[in-house]
Amino acid sequence: MFGNLPLLALQQYWFIIVSLLGSILVFLFFVQGGQTFLFRIGKSETERTIIVNTLGRKWEFTFSTLVTFGGAFFASFPLFYATSFGGAYWVWMAILFAFVIQAVSYEFRTKASNFLGQRTYEWFLFINGLLGTFLIGVAVATFFSGSQFSLNEMNSVRWATGARGLEAVLSAFNLSLGLTVFFLARVLGLLYFQKTIDNDNILTRTKKALLYNAIPFVVFFLTFAVWLMLREGYAVNPESGEVFMEPFKYLHNLLAMPVVLVMFLVGVLAVLGGIAIGLLRDGGNGIWFAGPGTVLVVFSLFMLAGFNNTAFYPSACDLQSSLTIQNASSSHYTLVALSWVSLFVPFVLAYIIYAWRALNKKKIDEKEMQEEHHVY
Amino acid sequence: MLESIDMSLVDWSRGQFALTAMFHWIFVPLTLGLSFIVAFMHTIYLRTGSEEWKRITKFWMKLFGINFAIGVSTGIILEFEFGTNWSNYSWFVGDIFGAPLAIEGILAFFLESTFIAIMFFGWNKVSKRFHLIASWLTAFGANLSAIWILVANAWMQHPVGTAFNPDMARNEMTNFWDVIFSDVAVNKFLHTVTSSFLLASVFVIGVSAWFLLRNKEVLFARRSTVVAAVFGVIAAIATIATGDTSARIVGRKQPMKFAAMEALYEGQTHAPLVAIGAMRTDTTKFPNPREDFIFKIEIPNALSYMVYLTPSGFIPGISDLVYGNEEQGLMPYEERIERGTVAIETLKELKKAKDRGDEATYSALREKFNDPVWLDEYYAHFGYGYYKGRQLNELIPNVKLSFYAFHTMVILGGHFLIFTLVVLWLSMKNRWGNHKWLLWVALITMPMPWIASQTGWVLAELGRQPWVVYELMPNLAAVTRLKPAAVQLTFWIFLATFTVLFIAEIKIMVTQIKKGPGGK
Repeated sequence: MFGNLPLLALQQYWFIIVSLLGSILVFLFFVQGGQTFLFRIGKSETERTIIVNTLGRKWEFTFSTLVTFGGAFFASFPLFYATSFGGAYWVWMAILFAFVIQAVSYEFRTKASNFLGQRTYEWFLFINGLLGTFLIGVAVATFFSGSQFSLNEMNSVRWATGARGLEAVLSAFNLSLGLTVFFLARVLGLLYFQKTIDNDNILTRTKKALLYNAIPFVVFFLTFAVWLMLREGYAVNPESGEVFMEPFKYLHNLLAMPVVLVMFLVGVLAVLGGIAIGLLRDGGNGIWFAGPGTVLVVFSLFMLAGFNNTAFYPSACDLQSSLTIQNASSSHYTLVALSWVSLFVPFVLAYIIYAWRALNKKKIDEKEMQEEHHVY
Repeated sequence: MLESIDMSLVDWSRGQFALTAMFHWIFVPLTLGLSFIVAFMHTIYLRTGSEEWKRITKFWMKLFGINFAIGVSTGIILEFEFGTNWSNYSWFVGDIFGAPLAIEGILAFFLESTFIAIMFFGWNKVSKRFHLIASWLTAFGANLSAIWILVANAWMQHPVGTAFNPDMARNEMTNFWDVIFSDVAVNKFLHTVTSSFLLASVFVIGVSAWFLLRNKEVLFARRSTVVAAVFGVIAAIATIATGDTSARIVGRKQPMKFAAMEALYEGQTHAPLVAIGAMRTDTTKFPNPREDFIFKIEIPNALSYMVYLTPSGFIPGISDLVYGNEEQGLMPYEERIERGTVAIETLKELKKAKDRGDEATYSALREKFNDPVWLDEYYAHFGYGYYKGRQLNELIPNVKLSFYAFHTMVILGGHFLIFTLVVLWLSMKNRWGNHKWLLWVALITMPMPWIASQTGWVLAELGRQPWVVYELMPNLAAVTRLKPAAVQLTFWIFLATFTVLFIAEIKIMVTQIKKGPGGK
């Protein structure tokens, strides 16, 4: 089945899978976004415990998705993995650090003799929510704005700045996406609270916070989206493989791929609709719209970055070192082998959904926190 | 291509990876083994309906959870460190090495993380049957993830199922099944997981012994011990059997590692195995083939027999490998370096010819990379080409560390077999706990599997130096070009973080153990 596909089709297939994982990851950042409200919405010990446990039953999904996203990117586009991770060393180290402290915090937070004290672990969760989302947003923005690397004849990466990737936070464009992702994660976290928590105090504060976070989200998102449409982009000549700058490249991409345009617009409307539902109605159904909407928008952004003869990981200092889905991918054989494995994905999704529903049947409340055997 | 390299960068990068891997490996083997022990206990609970078994299951499940979290948090660093610190490696072999990592994520991590949530939170939320299935799937998921990462490691030790693509300057996978079913991969997986089962069994026996010594929770402790002892004996036998196969494979496929772990400088037939020995302090400075031991007790012929199942098998020593041994068909390193240099130069010429559009030269050179004879004569030594003009002793692993790591592991392995057999036998007779001194032995034995497990990895990874990919890519070619100070800084940050997390984990574990199963 896959063996007969041409290399380009497999490269596109895998860019789509990686993009899908990336978009699901951003949706699952509701865990990170929720963590940043520990102190703001959780005013009492019980309230904080409810919040931590609501998110704590899902943090492993986000974590596994992040790891799988990294693994799948490595397997299908190893040159991206080598270039970005080896090049933008400090950005990725900071992101890693933010996730290292997260994994232990849920399990250790309320355990006796936890050495650092409950507050420290709560701060770890806060830092993870803040840094993890913001820095990944900034890193993804460089897919459009470019990075400071060059590759030699052995494809070994050289980075032009000593800051090794951290210089990306100095770009207003990159910042706009970093902040968009941060506020989006917070909005999604709040919508998730509405869906899963049964506690009046938390829900009242959640609604208020939703308004205050939806506004900066919309502002930063519009800034990013408009800027993206207006900026020049990294185009690739399909015959020669030469990379060149093209004005309005991403706008052209959007118009050249009507399916992506529709996904993008539907996604934006769904996110905004989800926020409106969260603000205007009780019942917590906003996440049903904002979640899939997020996946659609992020997915279409990845498509804009990599499809239609575009360099998805461009170099701002050495254009011809830029990575495209063609020059950065694995071999035909490896992509075919991986594609067979990808047939398991629907099965994996099915059991995740089944397990998720099994645990979310009932909303979390104070009573459950007192009775539950395993409390974070 | 062969630019000057600051060896302190290589050392710090290796140090950082070793730090992360060893720290990660404190927690993972316990997770691998304990997940099955919990599943056994959970099954017994469901079959008997006994509340006591429910308490037992919940207690060990709690310890499993604490341990699992810290294993996850260190695992993510390892995955990304291949890119951050070994980016040239990630490109050179990413076509092969990336696939197992991706499959690990898709097939194993989600299985584990989905069902672990059910396992912890499912007591009153899902049916008892489904809850039990979740416990089993968590155990399978954890061990499934071990398969893929160990396949990846085995491939680095013994690269098979691949071919070099000079146009891309990388190795590409040619046979997926060869990669995952290579004898190195299969044996590495079996040895690693069975030794992890053993580690977890000894842990459960040790913790239970503590309760028995204090005469607390006696029924809980005895029952836990029985489950762990049965599992432990099976695991100990399997660990020793797979360890024996491992040694045979190393002897045949990684002769330098094998010579180093036995500190064998001069090769011979009827080679004896050093059962126990102490080395002089100056022996790692090669060449210094004599006076390498202060004392040693040897088992005649055992080394030859171990590898070739006959005493007449020739085991090459470090000197034979470095300086060659014509009689045995061993090529000296000088020659291998020359040939590797030819392979590297050919690749360079090919790149240049392609860049200047010289089609004829390019095709002629490209043809060489398809010619099995040329590949065997030159490309097979590719990695050695990086050592042109360097010291030969850079190609020799740390002999003393390899020797001690190997012997520590083997001696402890023998101890675990006897120990678990005694515990099982006394448990079956219902006499486990009657002898206080044996309970103390159980307590003292408890940390030993960690030592054995860590030394096993020290041998596996240090013994293959300087190769990141055996004989194809040395560490100095694989490392990301960073400022050594940058890697030093992250090294210290990680060391500090790990130390804090380790203290927290130990304190929490000890407190949870002291609390006991509770809930009576």
